[in-house]
Amino acid sequence: MSEPEESTDQPIEQPLKRSRTGWHGAAILIGVLIAILGFAIAVQVRQNSRSDALSGLREDDLIGILDNQNARADRLRQQISDLQQSLLRLQTSGDRDAAARQQAQQEAAALGVLLGTIPASGPGVTVVVTDPGDKLQAEDLLDIIEELRGAGAEAMQVDSVRVSTTTSFTDKDGAIVADGTVLRLPYMFVAIGDSTTLDTALNIPGGVAAAVRALGGQLTVLEKTKLTISVTRALPQSRYAKPTH
Amino acid sequence: MIAGLALIAGVVLGLITRPTVPTWLEPYLPIAVVAALDAVFGGVRARLDRIFDAKVFVVSFISNVLVAALIVFIGDKLGVGAQLSTAVVVVLGIRIFGNAAAIRRHLFRA
Repeated sequence: MSEPEESTDQPIEQPLKRSRTGWHGAAILIGVLIAILGFAIAVQVRQNSRSDALSGLREDDLIGILDNQNARADRLRQQISDLQQSLLRLQTSGDRDAAARQQAQQEAAALGVLLGTIPASGPGVTVVVTDPGDKLQAEDLLDIIEELRGAGAEAMQVDSVRVSTTTSFTDKDGAIVADGTVLRLPYMFVAIGDSTTLDTALNIPGGVAAAVRALGGQLTVLEKTKLTISVTRALPQSRYAKPTH
Repeated sequence: MIAGLALIAGVVLGLITRPTVPTWLEPYLPIAVVAALDAVFGGVRARLDRIFDAKVFVVSFISNVLVAALIVFIGDKLGVGAQLSTAVVVVLGIRIFGNAAAIRRHLFRA
């Protein structure tokens, strides 16, 4: 597109000669050309407005757009796999956490029953000990507790005192005191465990039942299929011992 | 007159038949249309200057279209099709504006 061509625009206007010979043929030809132009304009305008933006683009632009889309799709796929991995990670760690929490709850419940911090229920025995001669000592009651514990009792109660690892029995003014509470006659024991085993352990020849009878008292064991110990103790605070991991 | 009627007839025909542009023609059709418009404006101006010649018009019309399409074609082959299309449209646009200005001076004496 140089200057000389710019001036070739003018040749359209320059020739002044009128070739009257083929005037009609030329008019028809011009009409056809103009009609083709109008046709092309209409087609192009319609094509441009109807079709989506992509169909009118050239190859280079389309390749660029395709590259962009591919890169974007790759990024999104990468993102999907990342998110799936983190989802998997979170799910597995969640499962582990749930299992650990469940186990911790079970341990807490078992320890709570042993320490007497939570109520307990289950099969067991009630033991009634009478002492008309007032001859029973604290250690005799301790023997009964030890016998029950040895026979597998998991939770015990004397009168209104929940028995745990720190429970003490002392003699005071002719009465027996358990953890600071004066026990009244007849002494009532409740123990949760295998009732038959507990019964057998208490009534074993030469056992605690025999010892009580030798002192003039009476020990009666009642096996129950369902007992509830609702008395609880405060959680003991260890002042010196710290857990080590 | 004939040209105006032919233009209207062509537009109506294009709207009625609704043809689809073949893919190979797609890059060239807009350029060809602009080139033909340039020729038409030149023809109108020549007519107003009373120097219109049918043969020159027909030849310039066809050659304009072919040269414009050829330039774009070569540009596509060389990898600069988009830029050359722009260049052709700019040049033809300038010419159309020049011819339109001449036509305006003729019609409105301004």
